[in-house]
Amino acid sequence: MTAQHNPDFNSMLEFNNPNPVTLNIVLKGSWQLQNVLPPVEPVIRKLSSSLQIERISFSCAASTSWDSRLLIFLSKLIRYCDENRLQVITDGLPAGVRRLLDLAASSPTIKATSQRGNNESLLSRVGSTTQDLVAGAPDALRFLGASLKSVARLVTGKAQYNRAEFFYILQQVGPQALPIVSLISFLVGLILAYMGALQLERFGAQIYIADLVGIAMVREIGSLMTAIIVTGRTGAAYAAELGTMQVNEEIDAFKTLGISPMDYLVMPRLLALVLMMPLLSLYAGLVGIVAGIIISVNVFDLSVYEYYQQTLRALNFTHFAVGMMKGTLYGVLIALAGCLRGIQCGRSAQAVGQATTSAVVTGIISVVIAASVTTVMLQKMGMYEFH
Amino acid sequence: MNSTNPDFIDPDVQAHITIENLSMAYGDVVIQHDLNFTINRGDIFIIMGGSGCGKTTLLKHIIGLKRPATGNVYFENDNYWLSGPDLQQKIKRRFGVMFQAGALWSSMTLAENIALPLSEFTELHAAEISELVSFKLALVGLAGHEDYYPSELSGGMRKRASLARAMALDPEILFFDEPGAGLDPLSARRLDELILELRDSLGTTIVAVTHELASIFTIGNNSVFLDTDSRTMIATGNPLKLRNESTDPRVRSFLNRGEQ
Ligand SMILES: Nc1ncnc2c1ncn2[C@@H]1O[C@H](COP(=O)(O)OP(=O)(O)OP(=O)(O)O)[C@@H](O)[C@H]1O
Ligand SMILES: [Mg+2]
Repeated sequence: MTAQHNPDFNSMLEFNNPNPVTLNIVLKGSWQLQNVLPPVEPVIRKLSSSLQIERISFSCAASTSWDSRLLIFLSKLIRYCDENRLQVITDGLPAGVRRLLDLAASSPTIKATSQRGNNESLLSRVGSTTQDLVAGAPDALRFLGASLKSVARLVTGKAQYNRAEFFYILQQVGPQALPIVSLISFLVGLILAYMGALQLERFGAQIYIADLVGIAMVREIGSLMTAIIVTGRTGAAYAAELGTMQVNEEIDAFKTLGISPMDYLVMPRLLALVLMMPLLSLYAGLVGIVAGIIISVNVFDLSVYEYYQQTLRALNFTHFAVGMMKGTLYGVLIALAGCLRGIQCGRSAQAVGQATTSAVVTGIISVVIAASVTTVMLQKMGMYEFH
Repeated sequence: MNSTNPDFIDPDVQAHITIENLSMAYGDVVIQHDLNFTINRGDIFIIMGGSGCGKTTLLKHIIGLKRPATGNVYFENDNYWLSGPDLQQKIKRRFGVMFQAGALWSSMTLAENIALPLSEFTELHAAEISELVSFKLALVGLAGHEDYYPSELSGGMRKRASLARAMALDPEILFFDEPGAGLDPLSARRLDELILELRDSLGTTIVAVTHELASIFTIGNNSVFLDTDSRTMIATGNPLKLRNESTDPRVRSFLNRGEQ
């Protein structure tokens, strides 16, 4: 099967008329996928321009080599002849060609079209995307309801889940995230201390860096940064895991066994984040404070002891409670977003990608909204006084 | 490279794929060892054996997806694992493979699945490609399903679509992993006929993993039998002959469905 380019079509296709009503088509040379071949249209034009011809026949040199390429040439020609009531005599074709053509022709054509069309206009795409968004809301609510019921089953001890897998998830979600959480919260604490101290230094009030960094990191920023990291790490992983299981029909397999995917897959993941997020948030806050100490001591000439005492005065139990509570709330949101998108995933590799993307987007948006709403709410409830 | 099969001392027969002292392992676990057999040009070669004995693994070694623990795979005279990447690429282009679970690309329609090898490796125009796609789909009995996504098909339909993709480039060698599994008896027979037809008309060499006895005897003219317990091949040759003449009770019992 060497590739030969043969633009000289006359040497591949010849015509003769054994009698006035028959067109005999002579096929020569190499009719294969790698070759440049004569198009079928001139032959069809020849047939349609002649009023006499009632049938076509073929002859084929023994040296002619062929593959599917010849078959599609012939099937086009034969289709034209059938539509125009011309008789086709295939006797001159190689036996293999005739049998394959018969085999293809014997397959019933189901003129079916797929459910999914993607030739929509931009306008209708915008419309259907909006519709999908609106239609998605009840789904999300139903998912929320189902997870509440699942929590109830878990609390009453009726939920089925795999303990070993739960601990594995816990390990993935918590301890494995420590390096990146440390790095990010250290750097954020550093920036916060430095920017804050530059301003406070003008009033000679560097000592209040401790208040600024301590309260901000423990109460707000520690949990928020952790939430954003965990959305990218864990929320995305949840969506990809459940999405792949959806593609492989593994979730259907759970359902047919009467095991609720909610209990078996979603709950352990939700619980893992609910347990780990407050701890990670607390940890992030403490790492931020360490960064604050380092900046204050090295750049702004405070002593470690002063800073420590000031931090103790600034922070009280409420700050820790608020920070950890926020962390827990973000954990719930991230887990629900990741699992919801995973469970909703379609049955293709592309769909898994979309599920993962949308889990991260949904996760971050809901975390940021929750952060603002809780901050405003707590302030209205009078819980934002600093001492 | 002597053929172990007495039927094929015929001088017309050319060895197409030769397996020499092949051992296969996942990590330290040896799946099969000391495999020696020859697949000739135009053979319909059956790889058979009990479930889990390593048939799919053997197929993966022949098509270059897994490197042998020891031993060689020859395509004609080229030693696959000692060839450079260019030659390996060239050898692979002569294959079509149908995987056990179909392995259709899930984000593409059937037409796009089959068109991909054609548009990558031939100079055909879009119109010709779509014509070829329809023709291949018709050959496997899926005419009119061009715009379906794999997830919208039944398991058996996916299998057939995957066959159409394997045939896209009219390869010299077609590999099938369990072609008949999941098909109804009529479709399975049609598939057997198609396989025979591809061999007869296009001269394709066919290597199929299967345990459907009916189809082993209708299409196969050569075979290898892998044994789970001894972890090696215990027979090779024409399956009908093996059934009637093999001295090994394990082979006879497998090919007679457990009845002696
Ligand atoms: N990726 C892998 N890693 C480790 N072991 C594997 C892997 N894939 C398969 N095996 C092992 O290799 C052996 C052979 O598997 P293989 O898939 O080749 O079986 P098979 O003969 O094709 O079976 P079946 O007829 O059921 O498809 C099995 O024991 C299996 O456990
Ligand atoms: Mg297998």
